[in-house]
Parts: sequence; C-alpha cells; structure tokens
Amino acid sequence: MIRTIAKALCLFGILSLDAIAAPDIQRWTLDNGARVYFVETHQIPMVQFAVGFDAGSARDPKALKGLARFVSDMIEEGAEGMDGETIALELESVGAQYSNGNGRDMSVFELRSLSEEQILESAVQVFANILQNPTFPANAMERIRDRMLVGLKQQLQSPGSVVSRAFYTNLFKNHPYSNPPSGEAEEVARIERGDLINFHRRYFVGANAVIAIVGDLNEKQARIWASKIVGGLPAGTAPDKLDDVSPSAQDDVLNISFPSSQTHMMIGQVGIRRNDPDYFPLYIGNYILGGSGLISRLSGEIREQRGLAYSVYSYFIPMQQNGPFIINLQTRNDNGALAEELVSQTVTEFVQRGPTQEELDAAKKNITGSFPLRINSNKKIADNLLSIAFYDLPLDYLETYSEKVNSVTLEQVKESFQRRVFPDRLLRVFVGGA
Amino acid sequence: MLLKIKSLFPSRNGVLPFLVCLGAISLLAGCTKEYIQQSTAPKVYEKILDNGLKVLVKPDTRAPVVVSQIWYKVGGSYEPEGKTGISHALEHMMFKGTDTLGPNEFSRIIAEHGGRDNAFTSRDYTAYFQTLEKSKLEVAFRLEADRMRNITLDEHEFSKEIEVVKEERRLRTEDRPESMAYETFMATAYTRSNYRNPIIGWPKDLDSLHVEDLRAWYDNFYVPSNATLVVVGDVEPVEVFDLAERYFGQITKPRTQPTENPAEPAQSELRRVEVRAPAKVPYLLLGYHVPVITSLDPAEDWVPYALEIAAYLLDGGKSARLNTALVRDQQVASSVGVGYGAVSRNPTLFLIDGNPAPDATLEQLESAIKEQIDLMRNELVTEKELTRVKAQIVASKVYEMDSSFYQGMQLGVIETNGLHWQLGEEIHERLRAVTAEQVRDAVRQYLVDDNLTIAVLRPEAST
Repeated sequence: MIRTIAKALCLFGILSLDAIAAPDIQRWTLDNGARVYFVETHQIPMVQFAVGFDAGSARDPKALKGLARFVSDMIEEGAEGMDGETIALELESVGAQYSNGNGRDMSVFELRSLSEEQILESAVQVFANILQNPTFPANAMERIRDRMLVGLKQQLQSPGSVVSRAFYTNLFKNHPYSNPPSGEAEEVARIERGDLINFHRRYFVGANAVIAIVGDLNEKQARIWASKIVGGLPAGTAPDKLDDVSPSAQDDVLNISFPSSQTHMMIGQVGIRRNDPDYFPLYIGNYILGGSGLISRLSGEIREQRGLAYSVYSYFIPMQQNGPFIINLQTRNDNGALAEELVSQTVTEFVQRGPTQEELDAAKKNITGSFPLRINSNKKIADNLLSIAFYDLPLDYLETYSEKVNSVTLEQVKESFQRRVFPDRLLRVFVGGA
Repeated sequence: MLLKIKSLFPSRNGVLPFLVCLGAISLLAGCTKEYIQQSTAPKVYEKILDNGLKVLVKPDTRAPVVVSQIWYKVGGSYEPEGKTGISHALEHMMFKGTDTLGPNEFSRIIAEHGGRDNAFTSRDYTAYFQTLEKSKLEVAFRLEADRMRNITLDEHEFSKEIEVVKEERRLRTEDRPESMAYETFMATAYTRSNYRNPIIGWPKDLDSLHVEDLRAWYDNFYVPSNATLVVVGDVEPVEVFDLAERYFGQITKPRTQPTENPAEPAQSELRRVEVRAPAKVPYLLLGYHVPVITSLDPAEDWVPYALEIAAYLLDGGKSARLNTALVRDQQVASSVGVGYGAVSRNPTLFLIDGNPAPDATLEQLESAIKEQIDLMRNELVTEKELTRVKAQIVASKVYEMDSSFYQGMQLGVIETNGLHWQLGEEIHERLRAVTAEQVRDAVRQYLVDDNLTIAVLRPEAST
C-alpha cells in the first residue's frame, strides 16, 4: 500500500510544496486612532468588512448585564434619518448583508457587499451611518428587549446553555468575564435608553476601533471606505485594560438538576491570554488532548473505546485576559460519573507525562499542513485580520505561523501544561440527571 | 433555534433537522451560498468512469486547497420501516476501519496530511468529504476508494458506535424541545413517505439495528454507479480524472437494487399536533406539501422557482415580509423563519416556524402568518419588492463563490437528487425569471389549508 502511494504521488506531481503564501496585509491608522487592516484580493467581485470594538460583555456595567449585546442589536434599528425598516431595505435592495455579534471581549459588525462602485457606495453609507449615528428608537428598544428576554428563556430549556452560563459565572466570579454576553433577565429588564446612548458614546470611538477589509478593491479605495465607516467616530479614548484573571486556586463542583436525558458537563479552569507566550505549546498540546476531533486522547477514551458520548472536546479560549480552558461532553445520565472519572484520568496523565513524540509530530503536521485551509476565503481572511488587529498580534503573524508551530518542543508542551493546567484545581459543572 | 432553511439547499443554515453528522463540528459554518456571474462562471468538468462512477471537477484557483466529496444516493428516505437510522449508523461505521486500516485511522491519516474530514447524512444522500492542501488529493482518493469496498463492519466496534449514535440522538433531538416538536411534526405531516422518519432513526430501531443490516445496506448502496465524486479546488480536471480512474476505476460491485420512497397521498384536510416537553418558550411550525423540481412535468417546472421566490419574499432578510409585519410592526413574533428546498428526491414541505413574542399567543402568531400567506394569494407582489429580492439573489450568487465547500455541496446535492449539475448553472437565471403572477399562482395552488400541518410546542407548567 505504501509503495502505491509513493508512486502515485510522483506521478501526480507533488511539486507544489513551496511555502503557502500568507496574504499581504496593509495596515494604517486613521486620524481618530482607528486601526485599519486590509488585504486586496480580486478573484470575486465582493468586499468583506468587519469592524470590532473593545465593547463586549466584559464592559457591561455591574448591574446592567446584557447592555453590550443590547447596544449591538440596536445598531441596525435606527440611525440619523433612517428607521430600522429603511436601513434593512437600503442594504438589502443592493444585496448587501449585514450582521452583528458580541462575545466577552469584542462587539463585531460585519458587512458584505458587491464591489461594484455604486452598490458599495450605497451599502457603506448605511453601514457608516448606523455605526456612527444610531438613534436607539424607544419602540424598537422594547422589541429588542423582548427578543433578548425570549432568548434568555430559551437558554433555560437548553442544558448546554445552562452548563455554559454556570461554568463562566463560577470560574470568573467577580471578574467581568463572568458576564454572560446574552445578559441577565432582571438586568436586561431595567436597561434604559440613556444606558444605550452612554455605552455607545463611551466605546464606539476611534481609539477603541479596528476595521478589517478584504476584497476586490485597491488600497486607495480601501482608505476611502475605511475613513467613511469608522473615520467619522470621535477619537475618544481606549478603555482601561481589563483586570488580570488569577489562575484557579482550588477545585469546585456544581450540580444543577435539569430534566434532560443526558448530563452536560463542563470541566476546566482559567487558561490563557491571546498573546500569551505559552499560546503555541498549549494550543498544540490541546490538539492532542482534546482538540483534534475523533483522534484526540479524550475522544479515544470516551467516545471511541466506550461509546459514552457523541461530542467530547477540550479547548482554550484565549482572550484579552486569561480566558477559560474547557473540557465539554454530554453523556447519558447514568454514565456521568464514569465519564467524569475518565476525563480526570486522561487530563492528569497528560499533564504528568506530556504527549509522545509521535503525537507531537502528527499534531504539527496537521496544524501546519492545514494552514492553507485557514485562509482560503475572503471571510476567513477577514476573521484572521480582525483577530490580529484586536489582539494586536504582529503583522507577520500568519507568515510566521507554521514556523512558530514547528519550533515547539516536546518539553515545552509538557512544561507549559504543568505550569498552566492543574488537574487538582478543576471547576466541574454538571447539568442534568433530573 | 429556528430552522432557517430557505432556499434550494435545506442544509444551508438549519443543519440540525436535515443533517446528522459524524462529528460535532459545524461543518457548514462559514459556508455561504454558491455561484458567480455567468460571464466568469468557472466550468464544471464531467467524466463517467466505466464502472458508472460520475466524477465532477470544478476548478477554483483562489487558494492552494482542494475539497473532495463523495456522494452516495442513500439516506433516510431510502429506509424501510423498522430500519430507520441505518444510513446514518453506516456513515459512522465508515470511519471504523477497513481490511487494511484500523478504527479512525482514516481520520488520523487525513489529519497528518493537514486535512479535515467529516461526513453527513440527509434524507436523500450520504456524503463524505476531505479538505486538503491541493497536492494531497490522492490521499483522499486512496482512502475513500478503500472504504468504498473494504470496510470491516466489526461487531464489537458497532456495539460501541451505536451507543455514540444514541448519545447523538439525545443531544440533538431528545433534550431539545423544538427538535422534538419538529420530529413529531414531520411524522404527522407525512403519513406514508419515508420523510416522516427522522434521519437519525427512531429509538426502537436504533435498539434493534444489527451489524448484518448495515452490511447489506453497504453492499447495495456503496457502489460506484450509485455515487458522485465531486472535486472543487486548485486542480487540473484531467489529472483529477486520471487519479479517479487509478483509485476508483477498478472497483466493480453489482448495481444498486433501487428502493422506492412510498408516495405521499394527497392531504385532504388540515392536521394539527401538539407537543409537550419541558420547554420554556412556545414554538410553532407550519408546513405545506409542495412539489420540487423532480416531481413536476416540464410544463409546471416554474413552480419550485416561484416557491423559492415566495420564501425569499417572506424571509429573505430583515426587510422581508415576515420580519417587517410580524416582528417589527405587529410584534406577534419574537423570531420567524421559512424553509423550502426545491432540490429534493421527493415532494417536500414549505416550512414556516417561529416563537411568539412575549405578549402574543401561539394562536395569534399562527393567524398572523396565515394573513401573510393570504396576502400573497390575493395581491400581486410589487415590481419593486420583486426587484429587491432578485438583487439579493444576484449578490448571493457572488458571495457563494467564497466557499469551495459549498460549491461542491451544490453539485453533489443536485446530482444525487437525480438532476444534472448543469441545473446549478441555471438556477439563478430561473429564479430571476419568476413573475409576480407565478408567485401568486404557486401560493394559490399549494399554500392552502387542506395541504397544511401545524405543530405547536406548549411549555409544560414550570416546576
């Protein structure tokens, strides 16, 4: 079999092994401090914009959890000279697609448009207006509030949502990362229009904005559109950095009774920052432990050898400050204890002994070999740009990515896990069993 | 939460009820719609091997990446009573080893070559895919050809994997009230067609499936002449054909014994069903029996396109009718969506679903939806509105090009449903040709009460 492959490879011409070119990133800063990241690519007549503000739920005021999401969802509901319906009509009549979302670190607004000058012009006008001059109309506000409250109620019927909320709340305690992006019902209920206006005024400013642009336009055009979209925001100031998140100090268990046939579990602790020096060894180590789907160690123990779960993963979510490290699975209620025990054994063993050389080599081959798959669409390039911009990663981040992965040693993986992951200090949250 | 499955390919957004997959990755995330302007449309190259395997190649040179997908004409709609879920269970077992590879070695090899792989099962197809750096295509072909004829189907492996499938069913269906409502709804709307059964299978069938059933299923359906191999990426079609010939060309297996999906008898009156589950938010599902492209004679072949446009008018964005009227103006819905796919093996449903706004009832939401249907029946859509919808269709055709996976998916779905891939090149033209009268006529004929099933999910009193 092996010989056959080798022969086939030769015949088919495995000559294209030259390094995969990372996209050429242009970068500049507008007068108001907004940072622009641009990649020119002409194969498809479209442009992808993504605007990010350091205005995720970590910026929610203490007793107004859900405010960041509320503001984000209200952006398209009214702007100077336009009501929500007009905004939707104007964007959609030129085929443009708008979306927004927010997590704990960032609020993101995206626009996709055809690159034809007139179409782009009209889509960008609307996009710029809603970001810069939202009016937060009172009637729309009640509707969006209702929608948020229905969404929060729906979370209560989903064991996956319940486990996630409880995990974050108990892991991050008093740190703003404990704020659920979707908010808390009682607090969403008391948010006032003035709160929306103030939040927008404080955080939607040049010093707090990044914009990624990818597509069928040249730098000169990109400069014009970037200035229109975020250049008109007041300069303002960037908010203070979030407080450090201290590493988990002890283990903790939380059982939540829920009428489901499965027990959903989230087991984990405080992890890493996005620009953490341990990022690469931990990322690679986690690929082996629980980040590589069916072939990870956790999946091997829990799904492949015993058929206990459909989905079992581990992952770090690196954020501005230390985000979480999470192991997540769901299993039939009566198998919960066994699955928990297996997770605990697998993690402990991995931390103690680290991966094998063979596992490390395979992980590196996958992570470097799949690099082209991370940048094979405008959308994916824009996502990468936004995270490079927001987390202030070096401009050659993509270019040197494979190099950084390849330089990680077995010792580094083992050592970084021992320094950062403590199997005796895990938070374990279980939802189900009722 | 909502199905959100409008347009030709039901798998676009609301993956959940229509597809079940091997791994819990969201394989369609980031997949947009496909297509480009006629003038620049990349060509599709076709070759049928002597053993009947159809190979389609669509060059996409934007990145040094290739997507390889193999599509088998088998899925939930092929399954007889008592054997529901067999196609999906077999899909899982396809990763459990062959004569020369151990369990999961397939995925391990793909991963070591920097690739990603997964599979999904639908009502009408089962598909396997790998995405790789372009020079690695033969790795995918070698492995995929191997498991087209040599899978192990080991009894012990099956006994574990069927438990994984049951966990998948608990996760995706049993512990999700809206999924339970959808499952009950489908079993009510269809009385004879196999579309009444969930793709993942009924629990009692999963309990009684045997590895020998899977063997027979595999032998009958996993045959070159019952498959389409789709390759999209930075490749030379001639080289791909040679490679396909080398790896798949020698596979000879007896032709598939066809399995009919029983025809669904015409519905004569409105059906209702109520689902109770530990839910917190009420949910409403409406479905009208409607034709698809394969089910009509040529004189009526405009109907599915008119229904697609109707779906766009109702739910093609925030400016569409349901959002404007039900969410924004009347505030009876918290959210609402439409699902229709014109490419399907057999006639399907035109679906509308939603959650009522906090102050509204399920009954109010239902009558508000029906009011919108009546409006389409009684009044012609204005030229302006039609133009807007068509502008969205033209743009989406461009955006779709941003995903080579989706481009492959579209070719695979069309071919597997017995249509020719060329249709994919025509769809947008056909949509743009739809008139206001055709939309009205299609609504008048098919979106009528006698043709309708309604399911409601009422939250149980909280404990």
